[in-house]
Amino acid sequence: MVSTKRSQEPQSSRLSKAEIEDNFGDLHPPLSRSEALIEADRCYFCYDAPCTTACPTGIDIPGFIQKIRSDNIRGSAYTILRENIMGGMCARVCPTEVLCEEACVRNLHEEKPVSIGRLQRFATDPVFEQATQLFSRADASGRKVAVVGGGPAGLSCAHRLATLGHDVVVFNRDSKPGGLNEYGIAAYKTIDDFAQKEVDYILSIGGIEVRNDVAMGDDFTLQQLRDDYDAVFLGIGLAAVNELGMDGDDMTGVDNAIEYIAELRQADDKSALPVGRNVVVIGGGMTAIDIAVQSKRLGAERVDIVYRRGPDQMGASRYEQELAQTSGVTIHHWARPLRLHGGGKVTSIEFARTSFDDKGKLKATKDTFVLDADVVFKAIGQRLADDDVVDLKVQHGRIVVDDSQATSLADVWAGGDCVTGGDDLTVSAVQHGKVAAIAIDTYLRK
Amino acid sequence: MANLTSEYLGIRSPNPFWLASAPPTDKAYNVNRAFEAGWGGAVWKTLGEDPPIVNVNGPRYSTLHSNERRVIGFNNIELITDRPLQTNLDEIRQIKRDWPDRALVVSVMLPMDEQTWAKYIPMIEDTGADGLELNFGCPHGMSERGMGAAVGQVPEYIQMVAEWCKKVATVPVIVKLTPNVANIVPPAKAAKDGGADGVSLINTINSIMRVDYDTLTMYPTTDGMGTHGGYCGEAVKPIALNMVAEIARNPDTADLPLSGIGGITNWRDAVDFLALGASNVQVCTAAMVYGFKIIDDLVDGLSAFLDDKGMASVSALVGAAVPSVTDWQYLNLNYVEKAVIDQDLCISCGRCHIVCEDTSHQAITHTVNGERHFEVIDEECIGCNLCVCVCPVDGCITMRPVTDGIDARTGEKINTEKANWTTHPNNPMRKQG
Repeated sequence: MVSTKRSQEPQSSRLSKAEIEDNFGDLHPPLSRSEALIEADRCYFCYDAPCTTACPTGIDIPGFIQKIRSDNIRGSAYTILRENIMGGMCARVCPTEVLCEEACVRNLHEEKPVSIGRLQRFATDPVFEQATQLFSRADASGRKVAVVGGGPAGLSCAHRLATLGHDVVVFNRDSKPGGLNEYGIAAYKTIDDFAQKEVDYILSIGGIEVRNDVAMGDDFTLQQLRDDYDAVFLGIGLAAVNELGMDGDDMTGVDNAIEYIAELRQADDKSALPVGRNVVVIGGGMTAIDIAVQSKRLGAERVDIVYRRGPDQMGASRYEQELAQTSGVTIHHWARPLRLHGGGKVTSIEFARTSFDDKGKLKATKDTFVLDADVVFKAIGQRLADDDVVDLKVQHGRIVVDDSQATSLADVWAGGDCVTGGDDLTVSAVQHGKVAAIAIDTYLRK
Repeated sequence: MANLTSEYLGIRSPNPFWLASAPPTDKAYNVNRAFEAGWGGAVWKTLGEDPPIVNVNGPRYSTLHSNERRVIGFNNIELITDRPLQTNLDEIRQIKRDWPDRALVVSVMLPMDEQTWAKYIPMIEDTGADGLELNFGCPHGMSERGMGAAVGQVPEYIQMVAEWCKKVATVPVIVKLTPNVANIVPPAKAAKDGGADGVSLINTINSIMRVDYDTLTMYPTTDGMGTHGGYCGEAVKPIALNMVAEIARNPDTADLPLSGIGGITNWRDAVDFLALGASNVQVCTAAMVYGFKIIDDLVDGLSAFLDDKGMASVSALVGAAVPSVTDWQYLNLNYVEKAVIDQDLCISCGRCHIVCEDTSHQAITHTVNGERHFEVIDEECIGCNLCVCVCPVDGCITMRPVTDGIDARTGEKINTEKANWTTHPNNPMRKQG
């Protein structure tokens, strides 16, 4: 990040192609065999291991590490993927520092957990590189299931259903399957088109037909699917974006972070992407971090994240916050946007500092500050698109499900970001899809 | 500072650490480097008759590794020196001249023929070497030719050759023993009966390291075929310690001065050998794995240890632990210990629980009041020490002697009187009171 072009306008090529390529290299390069063996040796092979308990998909972590140790890499990959078919992506994007690695007993011994995420990648990479089929399908059940959504929840559900002998049609609103793995998530976490390699691997089990560019509401209805299929799984994510709810939301330069990230992920040449000089990001989740860091890596001169609460309340983990800070992003806590300045184009944004009032409610104070901005990214969350969920019981903007991911309709299950109890993690979405598939299988065999 | 000066069979050295007869002592160049590094002595690599033997031109060594490739065990198929006798004799003479304060002993292996021994021993002594070590230990190659371990496995041969040597030798004669025997005491006794001044042990153990998983041949091979080698390194230390202690505590051999060999890697290993009866120690594998510099830790680690113990010299340590070694039948069967887990140190890995649960006595909890918690159940604990063995945290699980009150497991009162198997009611052969 040296040759930043000093234009005030969003523009492309602030950095050279080579600089951008370097900035978007693998965030955590893969472990070499020696590194993996040494790291695997650090695992204590705990009984009833806390890491496994902490993993939303319940991967037998000591088991897969033991297999790395004995050079049984294919067995290790199977141990991972049989619980989490997206174990490859999760090895890259899971916030392991608040999941398995936080639970590692090594933290109590020497304050350095086993690098479970990187070991998981070491074990699974060869399977995707060599397209080794580790799964087989049960005898055909003659049943057909519709899966709406080609993201982690939907693909996980589809894969498990396919292995259980059912035929699946995935209705995907994007032009490629993968969901946020393909269109969200920072590029440096999943290089070399890994998301599509993983999709290809999942589909290679057979029995899964993917129909792209079709959206519920526009091209079909839930009721039609219920009529035409034996069961339905909804992994529809959160298609609508939250608004700031203030004047100027539609000014040039005020954009949705997830849309820009999707554009960035699909760009053949990242240096061709326009990037602002002074970028302000509003929000405190992973998307806020991802857009901030990527803007910086594309050559933005100054990137600020502004979040209305403190570091502990941020959706992004401490590790992610530090990643932003070490990438040159400034994080401002306890402030929320007051007004946008500029004519048709944003030039700056004014914030009010926040604090809790007597009742513990967050409120804006009179203390304000202004940040120059030629680009403002909104990363304040997504919500269900209203017409997606007619007929279904919804609470706090999420589809209500039970422990088996069953919705209020007897033949409809749901999982991923669109359901209650979701935590916006790929790994949780995969688990929802898996659990739903098992429940659907039981339902179909009754 | 404790005095590390060592005297073994009258051979003095500035410290009790000698390099064992092996590849590191095959040439003046190596021995010179060892002495520069600070080694107290060296046993020259075994000499034989001319023409010299030949070695294979492929792998001679193989290892048992940890995952981080730390060498745990080591195996070799190298034979005795493959250089002309006169070359070795000339170099030994020069080294002894250059390093008069260091111990220099020469290892020798010859056919089973008295005239041959009588011919070579004076030639070796003429170099000025301090002593002779008879190699009755090498288990590979030479043993096929009736030498090395082939001699060491037959006490009568040991005694006979020792007698031949003692007839002509004017310097101390050490017999190096093979561990590839059922009982180490008869060979040691034979060496003593043959007049040997001391014995050194152990030589290497017959071994095959592994197979090659691609070719499904043994590994390593020489052009597709392999042969067993001699095993050494850290992994063999416990075997060597037992053999040293057996000789040290047997009345027939207790007065035989011992030179301890087998897996010594750091000063603590040396303390093990010395305390169990060795007068000095010999090292090979650790030097071959790390180089000669390890002598620094051996010397000042041992020196600091002696200081801590208030021992003025190495000799004060020699044999200190021998009286604690006995036969199983004399162990006090009334003595009770229980494991205790220090909850402040416990990291909750659960390994103590699972090994006790799966393979022992179901004496460690896994859940207490719904919480993951590991606690010893005294009612079940037999004091076996398995949990201590597997716990990854040093000092977290310890054994606590139960010296009074009731043994929660048996419900019986602790009997403070000692009683062993020889008088136990379940022993049909018990001694009647």
